[in-house]
Amino acid sequence: MSVEEILEILKNKFPNFSFNFDNSLPVDSYIIIDPIQLPEICTFLRDDEKLQFDNLMNLSGVDDNNAKKEKDENGNEKLVGRTLSVYYHLESMKLNHKLNLKVSAPIEKPEVESVESIWKCADWHEREAFDMFGIKFLNHPNLIRILMPYDWEEGSYPLRKDFETPEYYNGMKIPY
Amino acid sequence: MSFLDQEFTDNNIVITKSEDLLNWARLSSLWQLSFGLACCAIEMMATSASHYDFDRFGVIPRPSPRQADVILISGTVTLKMATRIKRLYEQMPDPKYIISMGSCANCGGPYWEHGYHVLKGIDRVIPVDVYVPGCPPRPEALLEGLLKLQEKIRNERLRKTA
Repeated sequence: MSVEEILEILKNKFPNFSFNFDNSLPVDSYIIIDPIQLPEICTFLRDDEKLQFDNLMNLSGVDDNNAKKEKDENGNEKLVGRTLSVYYHLESMKLNHKLNLKVSAPIEKPEVESVESIWKCADWHEREAFDMFGIKFLNHPNLIRILMPYDWEEGSYPLRKDFETPEYYNGMKIPY
Repeated sequence: MSFLDQEFTDNNIVITKSEDLLNWARLSSLWQLSFGLACCAIEMMATSASHYDFDRFGVIPRPSPRQADVILISGTVTLKMATRIKRLYEQMPDPKYIISMGSCANCGGPYWEHGYHVLKGIDRVIPVDVYVPGCPPRPEALLEGLLKLQEKIRNERLRKTA
């Protein structure tokens, strides 16, 4: 089944939800959805007879680094509109079709609903996205660091574009 | 007349300096801590295997730091691992030696610029005796590193000299 056909099914099933479809990039096309509506849509994608997305192949965070300069009332420039995104690569092993989803959240409040209860393998992937980008997955049962040490500095996320390597960790100098 | 001035009737006697004897004993039985980190560890295993046969130098892998003389830092040392390595090193009895194997352990290797998680050289945490260059070093290079360490031990002094 093609992505366009799946999108039609979703639009008919959830008429009140917003779906954006992006195939402008020279990569696999993806459907952009709202982070709050994610669990409902994903449960449907997994359980529907015609779709049967039984495998979450990949879940990864991205820093879109898309901040724009804006002037406030005093004429000072500030950066606004930067978002963090999560991409989901779904596959149906039974029906052999694939689908990519994307959700975005503002960097000031990077909250996305967890899909751990839908695909168990999202457990570790979401912890990784949390550890590297600081994306909070709501309703995740154990959202703690997975790669960085547990005593790594709070609020320091290495794969964010504005990350700066700290000078020291536990008395060990980090930069070369 | 001194004991040493007599002629020995038994011809199975060798006379040497105790320093040389101890050094020779140490360098001929360097028990290494069985410990690997990354790609270099695969080369280390190859060095231990039959083709290169590390054992013929008296190098025997030991599973406990309390029974080991030498620790081979074979691979990328992450910040998370560095504290564990330091603890292992501190658990080893003296005299103890360290071979830093490969670019990562020497200076951070390919992670030197963007590796926020990598220690840029194990010598920032523990003192190193021999650095083996390479990425990863071939078994021959590691053997050379061991021979260099043996040379170093052969010339050790028991007494502190001014």
